[in-house]
Amino acid sequence: MPVTRAHDGLPEWRRSTPRQALLRWFGWLLLVALFVFCWRVMTQDTIWAYFWDAPNQAADIAARMMPPRWSYIDALWRAMWDTLAIATLGTVLGIVLATPVAFLAARNTRPSAALVRPVALVVIVASRSINSLIWALLLVTVLGPGVLAGIVAIALRSIGFIGKLLYEAIEEIDKKQVEAIQATGATSLQVVDYAVVPQVMPAFAGISVFRWDINIRESSVVGLVGAGGIGLNLEASLNTLAWSQVSLILLVILATVLVSEWVSAKVRAAII
Amino acid sequence: MSTLASYPTRWRRPPFIASAYWRWAIYGGALVYLVLAVGSVEVNWARLAEGLQRGGRLFAGFLTPDFVSRWSDIVIGMQESLTMTVTSTVAGILVSVPIGVGAARNLTPLPVYLACRAVIALSRTFQEVIIAILFVAMVGFGPLAGFLTLTFGTIDFLAKLLAEDIEDIDKGQVEAIRSTGGSWLQLLDYAVTPQVMPRLIGLSLYRLDINFRESAVVGIVGAGGIGATLNTALDRYEYDSAAAVLLLIILIVMAAEYGSGLIRARLQ
Repeated sequence: MPVTRAHDGLPEWRRSTPRQALLRWFGWLLLVALFVFCWRVMTQDTIWAYFWDAPNQAADIAARMMPPRWSYIDALWRAMWDTLAIATLGTVLGIVLATPVAFLAARNTRPSAALVRPVALVVIVASRSINSLIWALLLVTVLGPGVLAGIVAIALRSIGFIGKLLYEAIEEIDKKQVEAIQATGATSLQVVDYAVVPQVMPAFAGISVFRWDINIRESSVVGLVGAGGIGLNLEASLNTLAWSQVSLILLVILATVLVSEWVSAKVRAAII
Repeated sequence: MSTLASYPTRWRRPPFIASAYWRWAIYGGALVYLVLAVGSVEVNWARLAEGLQRGGRLFAGFLTPDFVSRWSDIVIGMQESLTMTVTSTVAGILVSVPIGVGAARNLTPLPVYLACRAVIALSRTFQEVIIAILFVAMVGFGPLAGFLTLTFGTIDFLAKLLAEDIEDIDKGQVEAIRSTGGSWLQLLDYAVTPQVMPRLIGLSLYRLDINFRESAVVGIVGAGGIGATLNTALDRYEYDSAAAVLLLIILIVMAAEYGSGLIRARLQ
């Protein structure tokens, strides 16, 4: 225990030895230095006049946003339907693609540790490290603008998320049930069907609903790069500086997100 | 033994949703919705056929990424993304820690708790890109708008998880410090901090990772970073340069994930 002698010669408890304290201060110093350096590099081209003007700009935009142009809602029903379709179909496609990847990546179900598992892990990492908006950007150039590009973008991004959480759930299953099914002479597919699937099913449903909830948010913006949904209307309204339409769109997105969050919380509570 | 004849001899696994009524309602509703949704997707087959050729070129670009011809743009984009990531994570932590402490019910009175929870909810609702659009409109194009966006986004994640963590701490240590007559700040310093610090560091590293990934996106709407470089490369059909950017993003994310995994493993 780190103890120092105080002035009166009595031992006094300290949280750390002088050496630890010094190291800690040095660490903080390095962090501050890094922050200042990054800040200076980042803001070297910043025009500060714009920054100090930001409160005025914000007030101006807020004034233009109020009141929302309610009549524009008629143009948004179809866009909302598309947004929901992108999120839902994207999640379904993502689940279909992610499930085999997860089974190939999990240590206790993978067929080969040397070859298949690394490939599955690379698929998961690649899918996770690229944001759905970038996937959408790529797919719009390949598939053309529209809902299809949005669906595939959401699906490709979901593979990593669902795959990672699902393979972790598979690795945590109880071995006894697997051994019990193996003892009956079941084939490896039957083992997966009767011992692994029932154990991961609640986790799987929870993960899927959770990802669907995230995908609702993501699908509201993939339209910004042309991949369909309400983002298209947002982009068009922003480009024409129609801030009263922007505020209506933001309200609609807010309402959708709140509803989807409620649904997702209800379903997860019912499962667990 | 005739009474046993009616007893089922084959085992059937129980259905996932126990109530038959809800099972059919949910499955039926889902099926109807899926059919309607798939039916509403308009696919332009001619454009798709043409696109497959482009997809081939994009894929070829990944096999032969071109780091050289747009190197200076890539360096500028990466520099903006990386500096934005570091500054916004640090600023985000500085803002989130007080909010997180305020949102922990066992440390703060109800009005403070509700106010802090409201800030967290506000930061959660909108996708980062939408926040970025608003910040770009306010402070102009460039990485400063991205910095503000990512800082704002960090609050939701870090403050929420920190608050949950503080609510889960061991009460014994809090009572021990309280019984020595420690003030609220001393309580925070000696009873709460030691318990949540390892997790706070872990969460911060994880958020650093997320902020880098997000920094690659906010550039698409003009908030600086590597996303702008990527967008330009794709707009000019320079697929080999775009592939180089994407490969760099994946490499950095993998390195960051591996590094933060090592640090977190050492802390625990």
